[in-house]
Amino acid sequence: MTLALLVEQILNGVQLGVMLFLTAAGLTLVFGVMGLINLAHGSLFMTGAFVCAWVAGTTGSFWLGLGAGALAAAAAGAVVEMLVLRRLYDRDHLDQVLATFALILVFSEGARWIFGPQPLWLDAPAALSGAVSLPGGAAYPIYRLAIIGAGIGAALLLWALISRTRLGMRIRAGESDREMIGALGVDIRTLYTLVFALGAGLAGFAGAMVGALQSVQVGMGEPVLILAFVVIVIGGIGSVKGAFVGALLVGVVDTMGRVLLPMGFSNFMPPSEASGVGAALASMLIYVLMAGVLVWRPQGLFPAHG
Amino acid sequence: MTEPALAVEGLRKAFGGLTATDDVSLDLRAGEIHALIGPNGAGKSTLIGQIAGWIAPDAGRVRLAGRDVTGLGVAERARLGLGRSFQVSSLAAPLSARRNVMLAAQAREGSSFRFWRQVRRDRALVAAAEAALARVGLAGRGNVPTAELSHGERRLVEVACALALGPKALLLDEPMAGLGAEGSGALADLLETLKAEAPILLVEHDMDAVFRLADRVSVLVAGRVIASGPVAEIRADPEVRRAYLGED
Amino acid sequence: MDKTREMVASVVLLAALAGAALWADAAGEPFYVNLASRVAILGLAGVGLNLALGFGGMVSFGHAAFFGLGGYACGIIAWHAGNYEPILTWPFEVEGTDRMPPIWGVAALVCGLAAAAIGALSLRTSGVYFIMITLAFAQMIYWFAISWPAYGGEDGLSIYVRNGFPGLDTYDALSFFGIAFGALLVALAVSGRLLGSRFGAALTMARLNPVRLATAGIDPFPVRLTGFVISAVITGWAGALYADLNGFVSPTMLSWHLSGELIVFVILGGVGRLVGPVAGAAAYVLLETFVGGATERWPLILGLALLGVVLFARGGIMGALAGRARHD
Repeated sequence: MTLALLVEQILNGVQLGVMLFLTAAGLTLVFGVMGLINLAHGSLFMTGAFVCAWVAGTTGSFWLGLGAGALAAAAAGAVVEMLVLRRLYDRDHLDQVLATFALILVFSEGARWIFGPQPLWLDAPAALSGAVSLPGGAAYPIYRLAIIGAGIGAALLLWALISRTRLGMRIRAGESDREMIGALGVDIRTLYTLVFALGAGLAGFAGAMVGALQSVQVGMGEPVLILAFVVIVIGGIGSVKGAFVGALLVGVVDTMGRVLLPMGFSNFMPPSEASGVGAALASMLIYVLMAGVLVWRPQGLFPAHG
Repeated sequence: MTEPALAVEGLRKAFGGLTATDDVSLDLRAGEIHALIGPNGAGKSTLIGQIAGWIAPDAGRVRLAGRDVTGLGVAERARLGLGRSFQVSSLAAPLSARRNVMLAAQAREGSSFRFWRQVRRDRALVAAAEAALARVGLAGRGNVPTAELSHGERRLVEVACALALGPKALLLDEPMAGLGAEGSGALADLLETLKAEAPILLVEHDMDAVFRLADRVSVLVAGRVIASGPVAEIRADPEVRRAYLGED
Repeated sequence: MDKTREMVASVVLLAALAGAALWADAAGEPFYVNLASRVAILGLAGVGLNLALGFGGMVSFGHAAFFGLGGYACGIIAWHAGNYEPILTWPFEVEGTDRMPPIWGVAALVCGLAAAAIGALSLRTSGVYFIMITLAFAQMIYWFAISWPAYGGEDGLSIYVRNGFPGLDTYDALSFFGIAFGALLVALAVSGRLLGSRFGAALTMARLNPVRLATAGIDPFPVRLTGFVISAVITGWAGALYADLNGFVSPTMLSWHLSGELIVFVILGGVGRLVGPVAGAAAYVLLETFVGGATERWPLILGLALLGVVLFARGGIMGALAGRARHD
């Protein structure tokens, strides 16, 4: 393996990891603060991508689309929270699973209705097109580097928000003691809606950015949702730090596995078979990683609650 | 000398910087009620958790009838004869009193991995449950869903569950809590007769009951046993009076 | 009492299913006989899940894994039989077969082993962790099936000749329904028996109050694990039958949508009711066929209907028919 390929794949892994973090952060916050498991989080990711692609296609501006995608996801999240999810905080997880599964159906069919059955396409902005050359000589798309930068920026902002602001203080208080936060005189309903909208906005932002790398279509949020679950199980439920570490781990392991395993098997197998076996095993790698973490630390790498 | 039914030796547990159990040793001998008292926050719950097997101690041992059970889990200790009742009722509310007690008898009357025979026709289980219910004075109340029993009756069902295990030692965590004078009097009479079958480690806030029932008393303050001995001695102990009884 | 009401409702429901199949057959409508078979098989899968979810309190979002593994066991064995290629040549030769009973045995074994492995890992946790982990492991098997090229990969695997059953013509729609319905009755009888046994008492307490269970001297973990494995075996059996019904297996049978649908059957029918999943599956298949036939926006309607059930109509169909659940 050449150095260029290695660097390229590591960057791809980090880029996937950053996207996963933006999706998982909202999911883990919502679980930590409200105790809600939200299967429809992937639908908010999809909402961000669709609105971004549609706005960018109509106005010609990627940047307008990006903003609109994140805002639309946040707004959709707030509406869903107020109409449906706040009735579920005190219910058991089974009800939450079923209701948010139903929301996926509503979102997916709704998107198909509004945007039509064909996938939408989104082009990366002109300012970020082109490539830079990496050590080792390979060229790497600037847009992917920009995604990494934007993702890390968003992670830093989220960290600052949680550890440095009044809202963050209330979120942290809400995680440790719901009654105390009520006693502090904070309007808990508004806080929950805000937290939910924040998580939804992050997922929508991620979806909008990813929309320029792949086709924007119904169901695109679901693989991301399941990877985000793996990230949360690895990182520890409720822990934003755990989500960050878990997301990078999953992103890099998944990407590297898909490159390295087929190469490794080709050392002692015919290449056609090696690519099949390697690809099949690579698709399982992150789940094996998750199983390993479970055996080693059942509460995840950074358990948030005790 | 015969082995004590239950012995705790040098138990220690710290959570972060807080030492919840600080070198606690005590034992429970055949035929006695040994009361464990102490102010709130003295570490009684942590100590009980370690004896029952929910919390792993940092150091020290727990022996049940001479056998070291420190490394064993909750269920295994229960099978070896550690019966326990909870401070807050932990019965399965939708099930009848009898079903609750039958489950406790299941471990003693063979395996739980029997898949075909129906428990309601399992004579050994039903008989064991009825006997335990009768022992606590609830004969005839077996069919009532636990949720419909009175608070006092639920406490008695808890004791019946512990008895159905065929215990070598009983660990009763505030069994009198929430009972009126009449209820706690009846329960006290019951405990008085039970101690011959299995000695009782009694955690209790009701001082009248403790001084009436207990053969020995240990006083836990800030994770340490500050005094241990017969009732009269403890009543007179100046340190106990200052640290604990004085607050009342 | 409620107990007898539930019994009556259950018997009426099962009789209605069998009656519908007989009526459709008499009317010369094999399509509707197959629809009844679909209800029986999906109901069977739901009965399996219900054992873990409704009675054992283990909210598995990964039961499609067992449904699909059962389906693939059926498809792969039949494929080998059809192509006269042994499944194994080493250390001993194993031939494929086109008989249902041995295929079911293999499906049960495969699902039992998979459930033992997945359960041993995921039952170390509980609550929302358990949901996410069962989902993740099912997804692992899904991706594996898609990327493993030997048995059709993403395109799935056709079963060209429906597997046989001694003494029956399995191509006859009503005979096939008989097999599926018989399997459903067996699973219901076994589940009912199981729940009344000592093991059932322990499993029920593992859901209601695991602390009490441990205090009674019974370790919750092996009880839950055994319940999870039995549940998976029943769902896997349904998967094998489903593959034969459709003459086809594909990764769709392993998808997480299917896991979600199985949960829908259980909840729509009424959690903790033995026959609930059959009621749920029947309602689902009927809606899918008739509403889905009338409008392509059917998932939207289903989603809204489910939301309504969760938010406002807890207890499900059996709850409406038989009143509030009660234990003796």
